[in-house]
Amino acid sequence: MTQHEKRPLLEIRGLEARVGEKQILRGIDLTIRAGEVHALMGPNGSGKSTLAGVLAGRPSFEVTAGSIHFDGRELQGLLPEERAREGMFLAFQYPIEIPGVTNNYFLKAAVNAVRQHRGQDTLDAMDFLALSREKMKIVGMKPELMSRAVNEGFSGGEKKRNEVLQMLLLEPRLAILDETDSGLDIDALRVVASGVNYLRSANRALLVITHYQRLLEYIVPDFVHVLSEGRIAHSGGKELALELEAKGYGWLEKEPPAAGAAQ
Amino acid sequence: MSALAAANARLLGLCDEAARRSDPLAALRRAGREAFAASGLPDTHREEWKYTSLAPLVALDWALAPASFSPSAPPPGIEMFTLRESPAGTPRIGDLVDLKEHPLAALATALLDDGLVIRSIPNADVARPIELSLSTREIHRPELRVPRVRIEAARGSRLAVVLDHACAAIGGPRFTNAVIEIDIAENAQLELTVLQRETGTAFHASNTAVRLARDARFTSRVITLGGRLVRNDLSVLLAGEGSECSLDGLYLGTGARVVDNHSLVDHAVPRGTSRQLYKGVLAGTSQGVFRGRVIVRPGAQKTDAAQSNTNLLLSNGAEIDTKPQLEIWADDVKCSHGSAIGRLDENALFYLRSRALDEREARALLTQGFAAQIFAALPSEALREELGAEFARRVAAETLP
Repeated sequence: MTQHEKRPLLEIRGLEARVGEKQILRGIDLTIRAGEVHALMGPNGSGKSTLAGVLAGRPSFEVTAGSIHFDGRELQGLLPEERAREGMFLAFQYPIEIPGVTNNYFLKAAVNAVRQHRGQDTLDAMDFLALSREKMKIVGMKPELMSRAVNEGFSGGEKKRNEVLQMLLLEPRLAILDETDSGLDIDALRVVASGVNYLRSANRALLVITHYQRLLEYIVPDFVHVLSEGRIAHSGGKELALELEAKGYGWLEKEPPAAGAAQ
Repeated sequence: MSALAAANARLLGLCDEAARRSDPLAALRRAGREAFAASGLPDTHREEWKYTSLAPLVALDWALAPASFSPSAPPPGIEMFTLRESPAGTPRIGDLVDLKEHPLAALATALLDDGLVIRSIPNADVARPIELSLSTREIHRPELRVPRVRIEAARGSRLAVVLDHACAAIGGPRFTNAVIEIDIAENAQLELTVLQRETGTAFHASNTAVRLARDARFTSRVITLGGRLVRNDLSVLLAGEGSECSLDGLYLGTGARVVDNHSLVDHAVPRGTSRQLYKGVLAGTSQGVFRGRVIVRPGAQKTDAAQSNTNLLLSNGAEIDTKPQLEIWADDVKCSHGSAIGRLDENALFYLRSRALDEREARALLTQGFAAQIFAALPSEALREELGAEFARRVAAETLP
């Protein structure tokens, strides 16, 4: 067990990636261990969402250099679904609407795909209903949203709650929240944060991407990183978020980029 | 002699054989023969057949076989009988289809032997759909069938009919050439569901002609999942003021199949409403055709017509030819049309895959979602489940591009 705790859950080294012709990530180093919560901040266009997409395996994002190890295993070459089954979860900044497919059908298929991979029995309709009801309460989601098409006609807040619900159902080892707080009012933010905190545990880790320090009042990070022009320009403790809130990102650019990760 | 001329000669031979019978349908058969003799099988030079070639059907030596309907017992409020066993002389038949415009309907009429009449009594309200199964069994030589159905919805009545075309998995080519005539009286409502789920050796043509009287309502849903070559002609005449039709279609092309839907909505009088929603899913090297013609006659003011055709191409080899055609001769009308051709959304695919579904499952799920709207409107839960599952099965059988 101690051996396991020492091994990083996610280890990114010299990661460079591009989207189309555009180089976005220019050498990311980041180490995340089980039990930790990392916040990733930075101005628009700094590469936060690209990093999230690269980790989840978005096909149009091309890794051009570096390595990503997830629980000791090189991620490159793994399909998005394989990463998901291994315990990687990305809460989308803009959750996708899937007309004609009910939320219930989709979530049950997803849960069973993961359970099958873990060697667990698949859930039947009744078992899944019980499980989903329990998790929906945590995120304050209306039950009728389960029989609607995935995210179709959901409000912004409902979409984000649905993302957190999926996270709770899939029980990932590493959850990446890509601006899950954007567009939420304070009540929705609290509920979403409590859902996230519910999942916090010694064998899981979170990477929280956000523009605002506000979310970090509810999901308190162990480390804060600032991404700038495709590199981690600065890393620190949770107080860094407050400093950024007060001073903006401008002051960071005047200093030389920090040489690496939180450790 | 070209293959087409030879096929026409063989088919006319069948028509001549049918013409020798003397019965109350003889005059109608003669009219059919005359029209078919003038046109022959259509080739792709004919505008209405530009994208759909009958070549694979032309080479075969067809023998005429009787059609069987196996109808469920008629519920109260419905009369059902065959043309031959008609209780009071020969019912009206053949007055709704324009034989000169439709060569295959002309052929079917020339070969007409019997048919089924479904008639509601005035003000009958029949909730349970009447199901007709036009399935064919195992066959050993190319067989041609010309099933004929006449539906008459009496004034103020409401009924639903399901026509199910399936066929045994074994056997050679078969050609179903159906003609369906529908007459809907004042303030009556008819909902027609046509299921086409034959095997890859089946040719299918259907000609459905509908006439609506004042305040009548017609809903049709044509779901095409199988068949080597399917051609559907659906013509709706809004002959009474305030009448409404809603025409939905879903067609799935797999392998090298061809599915062609031609619709014609004729707004002949004021205050008619028409809605059309046709959705296509095309995989493999299949080919889809949609031509939706809407005519608004002079004086048909306050017409409200909308048409939409959206298509999902699942492979690079699949093809769709879609053509809306609006002919508007009145000035106070609301008419719209739209067509779209697209592929599965990459963002949606990634979303599903990031939730642990593999690419194949993700593609299948998105494809089912695209079609779900049409299945949701089917008249019974049993049909919704059965057809949804059959659609999923047929889509899953297609390989990834």
